Amino acid sequence: MKFGSFLLKRLLLSIFVIFGLSIVIFIIARVVPGDPARMALGPRAPEEVVQRLRQEMHLDKPLPEQYFYWIRGVLSGDFGRSLVTKRAVSEDIKEFLPATMELAIFAGILMAIFAVLLGTLAARYKDTWVDSLIRTLSYFGVAIPAFVAAIIFMLLFGYYWPILPVLSRLSPGIIPPVRITGLLTLDSLIQGNFVAFWDAFKHLILPSVALSLGGLFQEARITRSAMIENIRKDFLSAERGYGIPERVIMFKYLLKPSLIPTVSMMGLDFASLFANAFLVETIFNWPGISRYGISAMMHKDLSVISAVIIVFGAIFVVANIIVDIIVAFLDPRVRLSTSRGI
Amino acid sequence: MINSNLPNNSIAISLVRPKSIFWLNLGKNWYRFSRNTLSIVGLVIVAGIIISAIFAPWITPYPEHAGPFVDFDNTGQPPSLQHLCGTDNMGRDIFSRIIFAFRGALIMAVVVLAIAVPPGALLGLTAGYFQNTWIDAVIMRITDIFLSVPPLILALAIAAMLKPTLMNAMIAVTVMWWPWYTRLVYGMASSVSNEYFVIAADLTGASKFHILFREILPNCLSPVFTKMALDVGWVILIGASLSFVGLGEQPPTPALGQMVSDGSRYMPTFWWMTIFPALAIVLAILGFNLLGDGLRDMFEKRVE
Repeated sequence: MKFGSFLLKRLLLSIFVIFGLSIVIFIIARVVPGDPARMALGPRAPEEVVQRLRQEMHLDKPLPEQYFYWIRGVLSGDFGRSLVTKRAVSEDIKEFLPATMELAIFAGILMAIFAVLLGTLAARYKDTWVDSLIRTLSYFGVAIPAFVAAIIFMLLFGYYWPILPVLSRLSPGIIPPVRITGLLTLDSLIQGNFVAFWDAFKHLILPSVALSLGGLFQEARITRSAMIENIRKDFLSAERGYGIPERVIMFKYLLKPSLIPTVSMMGLDFASLFANAFLVETIFNWPGISRYGISAMMHKDLSVISAVIIVFGAIFVVANIIVDIIVAFLDPRVRLSTSRGI
Repeated sequence: MINSNLPNNSIAISLVRPKSIFWLNLGKNWYRFSRNTLSIVGLVIVAGIIISAIFAPWITPYPEHAGPFVDFDNTGQPPSLQHLCGTDNMGRDIFSRIIFAFRGALIMAVVVLAIAVPPGALLGLTAGYFQNTWIDAVIMRITDIFLSVPPLILALAIAAMLKPTLMNAMIAVTVMWWPWYTRLVYGMASSVSNEYFVIAADLTGASKFHILFREILPNCLSPVFTKMALDVGWVILIGASLSFVGLGEQPPTPALGQMVSDGSRYMPTFWWMTIFPALAIVLAILGFNLLGDGLRDMFEKRVE
């Protein structure tokens, strides 16, 4: 099947990209001034102990050999040890990643729903006040950085109008659900713990809205222009000629092809959600991997920094493969041929 | 008018390289640009920011406040006529500090784009002209690697590993910025190099250098300039994000992100310490976005 081979090619390219990224990270982490072994043990450790750790970390070997040892560890899930938490980095990632995933997935869902909704509305009521309102909102939505939105939310909802919680993932006193997936909302639903579900859900709202704003409005604009362009296409006149109701035409025949550029954009925006999560998690005190990454950056914890970046690179690559599959589902031309470039 | 997006039946015309139409039609272009009110709003915001940043020492009410200045009698003053945006926890005028912070932000944007765009565009141009050869493969796969992580994440990592200075923040962002131009110019160059005027130049024995820089490059420039106008806003955003977490210009020199972050510790009572620098970031990004959109519409309509 042609689409299968397209996907396979895409997959191979992704593996190459992650591999290249690991080399880039490794080089950046190694050209930094300072001795990782000395940094790990502190300035007062005796020289022979540092020397021993240096040997253990293979720092006395040439760079390519060091890379080989490091990547062998990474491939078997061993990212080394964190200087700050003193635990294996892979343990930390397992603990912190689900919180960020929950936030990003929720923000992604918000982004998708509202982008399509606002974009469709703006296209349907083109050149009316609805369109202008959405356009004005878009200009501001795109221009407000996630961390600025987060701070404004903190001010509004944390102090003036406290209807939504602004800190961490659960209120104190709520018994967290037993960890299955690590996504609190999902775990509490599975266990029928609706009190915890409602509380976790409320905690998700503000950070995820802050995260999704920029991408949301950008995609709404893309959806709008794609729909307006497709309205002029011949196949719509043909469908009107068949007497298909306008509502069906709008959603089934107009919206579906118009979503292709939006979905492609969403792949990129989903990745930048993780980037913005660095600041938003810090502000909302969200115990996720981005906050973990920021604290590692502040302490020059090289193995954690490299691990976090590799994890994000992997998420980005997977997100883009999923986007390709969705686009193929939306666009029969892609499904039936391999002509689409990468 | 000579058109670069030629249909197949106009070979005779297309053998001539299109002239840069922008300068020939300056008045017409300005008319197109100015018809859109939002573009004008963008232009006014951008001009305001640039002019006030350049002349900051002369137009700000308290230029000495953009440094190690302390006035404990006037700490935490709310916005008033003396202090338009209030004063911070050291009694410094926030309005003056914002204007001075625009300086750092603009310098960063100009330096990053000036260093990142030429090599990025050059790589894209080369890869686009030699498409489907190993040169194309090597350049574009390396570009893919850099595009595989959002620029903010790698910029944060690089800036964190170096010492926290404005200089290092600029280095970190520059390293992340060139691939976007490589990809943009690559797309343009690979389509332009199949145009008849390029083939004609090749057949008449023009050198590779001539074809790359005199035939192809001029036809790739308008999207590059449009993207640069848009990117000034995004570089300011990334710079503000870096300085928000403490990587970038260090106190007492003001930086937008750093002012937002410092002020947020005094919320909600002293809300102006955070909100006005935050609004300044929004205003700058908004201005450059509107301007960039206006430029894009202007260049795109030219083709019609």
